[in-house]
Amino acid sequence: MMERVENGSKPGVRMAEKPEGYEGTGFFATSLEKVVGMARKNSIWPLPFATSCCGIEFMATMGAHYDLARFGSERLSFSPRQADLLMVMGTIAKKMGPVLRQVYEQMAEPRWVLSVGACASSGGIFDTYSVLQGIDRIIPVDVYVPGCPPRPEQIIDGIIKIQHLVETESLRRRDSQEYKAMLNKFGIE
Amino acid sequence: MEFSAEDKVINTLKEKYEGDVLHIESPYNFLTITLKKERIVEIIKYLYSHPETGFKYLTSIGGVHYPELNQIAVVYQLHNLIANLRVRLKIYLPVENPVTETITSIFAGANWMERETYDFYGVNFIGHPNLKRILNVDDMIIFPMRKEYPLEDQTREDKNDSMFGR
Repeated sequence: MMERVENGSKPGVRMAEKPEGYEGTGFFATSLEKVVGMARKNSIWPLPFATSCCGIEFMATMGAHYDLARFGSERLSFSPRQADLLMVMGTIAKKMGPVLRQVYEQMAEPRWVLSVGACASSGGIFDTYSVLQGIDRIIPVDVYVPGCPPRPEQIIDGIIKIQHLVETESLRRRDSQEYKAMLNKFGIE
Repeated sequence: MEFSAEDKVINTLKEKYEGDVLHIESPYNFLTITLKKERIVEIIKYLYSHPETGFKYLTSIGGVHYPELNQIAVVYQLHNLIANLRVRLKIYLPVENPVTETITSIFAGANWMERETYDFYGVNFIGHPNLKRILNVDDMIIFPMRKEYPLEDQTREDKNDSMFGR
């Protein structure tokens, strides 16, 4: 993203694009939803729930080379209360299931979930009595990243897909009956 | 005549518990003694305190399910740390009611090992201070390492035969 940008921005820094709107001397008008979406999209605080090798890939994703900070997500939140995005990376044993669910329930709305890797998404190779066969059995998942483990590029691709969801989500979605019904299917609230 | 270390263990055991020994073998040079189940605690205590054997360290306790025999074996591995001598003791219990006594009175470390054996094989150790599941979820209703239970998770939906050309 190191490119020279015209119109007043600092060289080497690319700002978020402004949403569609009406512009005149000294004013800019657009819908609140678009502004909120833009702000949220570029400041997602992820909560890493890393249990195995996918967590190692995530560490590389956060490191200087791949640098998730470029997408506004350099601030990891180790408290679910302040997190926007739950990143589940690794095998979730059945005994870990209630813990993961509690972490999800402690997150404030709006919240998103990214399931990284085969194990979190489907149980992966661990088709066995002790492993949860996909976290979507206990919590809703927004984006799945396949791979065993996925490369950092794939995790970043998942983050970009989450960003798209965050940007375009209606501000009223979380109040809708459909959303509540979806949560109720998982026995949440 | 010079006795090997293994022979000494066998002779010491047979001095007092000849009638309890069912079978002796040494697979992969590991002395393995199959015993009757009734007096196992007494025998382990004897091997612990006898100067000739001195098995004062419990390496592990585990289980084996033999579906063809309809039995569950409990396997004890003991270690004499001074002489670097090891022995494996094996008792067989019926699958319908696998009950034996705890050895936590001899080895405090047997506590978690027996809990694990209970967790995976359902072996009931009489006198154990806290016999409940240790690794699996508390509400599990099966003993998963018994061979009557399928290894794979039966609720998985994405692995049907058509995907594997069957």
